[in-house]
Amino acid sequence: MKYYRTHVLVCMDPQCRRKGAREVVQALQAELAANGLTEEVQVLETSRIGGCDEGPELMVYPEGVHYANLTPDDMAYIVEEHLLKGRIAKKFLMEATTAADEELRAPTPKEIRIVLRNCGQIDPQNIEDYIAEEGYMALAKVLSSMSPDDVISEVLKSGLRGRGGAGFPTGRKWALARDVVGEEKYIICNADEGDPGAFMNRRVLEGDPHSVVEGMIIAAYAIGATRGYIYCRAEYPIAVSTLRIAIDQAREMGFLGENIFDTGWSFDLEVRMGAGAFVCGEETALMSSIEGKRGEPRPRPPFPAQRGLWGKPTNINNVETYANVPQIILRGAEWYASMGTEKSKGTKTFALAGDVRRTGLIEVPLGITLREIVYDVGGGIKDDKTFKAVQTGGPMGGCIPVEYLDMPVDYESLAKVGSIMGSGGMIVMDDETCMVDIARFFMEFTQDESCGKCTPCRVGTRRILEILQRICNGEGRDGDIETLEMLCAEIKADSLCGLGQGAPNPVESTLKFFRQEYEAHIYEKRCPAKVCRALIRYEILPESCTGCTVCARNCPVNAITGERRQPHFIDPDTCIRCGICMQVCNFNAIVIR
Amino acid sequence: MPTVKNLEDLKRIREEALEKRKVKTAEGKAQVIVAMGTCGIAAGAREAMKAILAVIEEEGLTDIVVSQTGCIGLCEREPIVQVVVGDQAKVTYGKVNPEMARRIVKEHVVGGKVIADHVIPM
Repeated sequence: MKYYRTHVLVCMDPQCRRKGAREVVQALQAELAANGLTEEVQVLETSRIGGCDEGPELMVYPEGVHYANLTPDDMAYIVEEHLLKGRIAKKFLMEATTAADEELRAPTPKEIRIVLRNCGQIDPQNIEDYIAEEGYMALAKVLSSMSPDDVISEVLKSGLRGRGGAGFPTGRKWALARDVVGEEKYIICNADEGDPGAFMNRRVLEGDPHSVVEGMIIAAYAIGATRGYIYCRAEYPIAVSTLRIAIDQAREMGFLGENIFDTGWSFDLEVRMGAGAFVCGEETALMSSIEGKRGEPRPRPPFPAQRGLWGKPTNINNVETYANVPQIILRGAEWYASMGTEKSKGTKTFALAGDVRRTGLIEVPLGITLREIVYDVGGGIKDDKTFKAVQTGGPMGGCIPVEYLDMPVDYESLAKVGSIMGSGGMIVMDDETCMVDIARFFMEFTQDESCGKCTPCRVGTRRILEILQRICNGEGRDGDIETLEMLCAEIKADSLCGLGQGAPNPVESTLKFFRQEYEAHIYEKRCPAKVCRALIRYEILPESCTGCTVCARNCPVNAITGERRQPHFIDPDTCIRCGICMQVCNFNAIVIR
Repeated sequence: MPTVKNLEDLKRIREEALEKRKVKTAEGKAQVIVAMGTCGIAAGAREAMKAILAVIEEEGLTDIVVSQTGCIGLCEREPIVQVVVGDQAKVTYGKVNPEMARRIVKEHVVGGKVIADHVIPM
């Protein structure tokens, strides 16, 4: 094979071509010839070097030097200086601006990365990079050697379950949609990831969009769909633009569009943006939003497989579910089923947040214990504090206390303790967290996001929130706990969709596992974790106070009085419990009671 | 972009993509650096470079990165070629004519034996 010492990659995307990339290449070739370097330097045309905003641009390897904003006239200089003499032409140099990745760190030994395998490893805007990682090989395998029924039975055998949270077996869902007779069928990807603190789906869409696109094409082939939608929340602009680039590239290469792989089958995809309503993550509300209507859920049945988008049979899966599909096809159902538990196979991504040392995205085999996630993957509790609870599954999940730390993480076990898998939020809390306050926080969110269509959810969540706010404000009454329990049960039983049915989970689980905290708030007017402002008091320890006056000078409401070099005093009636005095005190003389 | 119509098309594109990636992540086991300042070029560094590339190609060698550097301040000893194999110290050769260049690749880079009588002690 011909050996070249230097390779020059030139971006040939439409945007760069418009700015004259073709002319730049011609000038480059001419200069190389003039300097007698054509045998030593190879010019390769590629796509997506920097992002085309600074095009035309090129990369010189092995040095990995990125030149941007080039004109044909610049080539003489670059060829002589860099390619001949080896001096980097600083005036055209683009400095790499890659920040440290706080979201996705190197995997810990307990992790297995399937869905996240390409994130941060490949260029998401370059389809060639995905193909180099066996991208679209699964699609080629499906279209050249598998019938739709083969695909469905393979996915069924793998044991893959819906990663959006409900955990319905994906193969069964596909089979239902396939069995319905209908001329037109749709396929939808639910990318409306709205749980606070969850960003697993965003990361996949931004880092490896083609895996989702490929998974969707395979699913479409399996159920016989002709059109697909990716419903992505508008708060994810980068995910939307990467998806659009990925779809365009896939179409250009013939993975989407008419007559894919000469099979006579056609399928195309488009991205639809959500308008910011949390409830649109619910499948029926999502479909109604795609149709241009108000995003409100409707009763099921009929299920989307029977009557979905525009009344046609529709299959909806989550981003992560689709991203798993190509790997299952490529590596086989047995391989996938070898990970996980008896009923929950494979891996799951979680957004690990809260009071652990290593926050960020993780992907672990199902069946791993909570302890392993918190201590081995998450590195334990921050500042050597004590573990108190972990909240899984986003705002509709429950809080799991320390007794269940050795519980395996799978769909059934989580449901058993009153929580859910959800899309994969996981918030770890230390002993300085007030569980009543946490329940109030999540209820505030769900109450705000309740669409208002059904009464139990609309009114019920409001009532729960009011009671919780009262308890946190020190105005809890005897009987509040019982009212809360009754409300939770009613809302769960009577709500129309998953939002209402799940909304009481944080309250119910904290009532079950941390009842004494509610009781302390209501009967003793005390917040054990010292969080609820109405129930705490800042006090100065006279024996530690040196009378330096720093607290008095920093108090925003002048609640602190005292003579210089004499112990100071905080007036509890004026104090607004902002905690600034405690932060500024150099002698640890201020405590919360 | 080419259109993919079957598995063979896809495999071909994948090969190309892998090739391009190899270029991007070229971290060869051995590095050959030719001093390519004006002094070097005047003394025949281009010929040395061509000889190095020719021998790599003839022998079908892989994992070698050939790069250039500027004048290293020893103009009277040009053409200068430096070799780094693995984590060993850099070896600098002076007065490298094309024939010497070929020997450096074959004996030092491939054979692992430093050609002592041409080394400039640094």
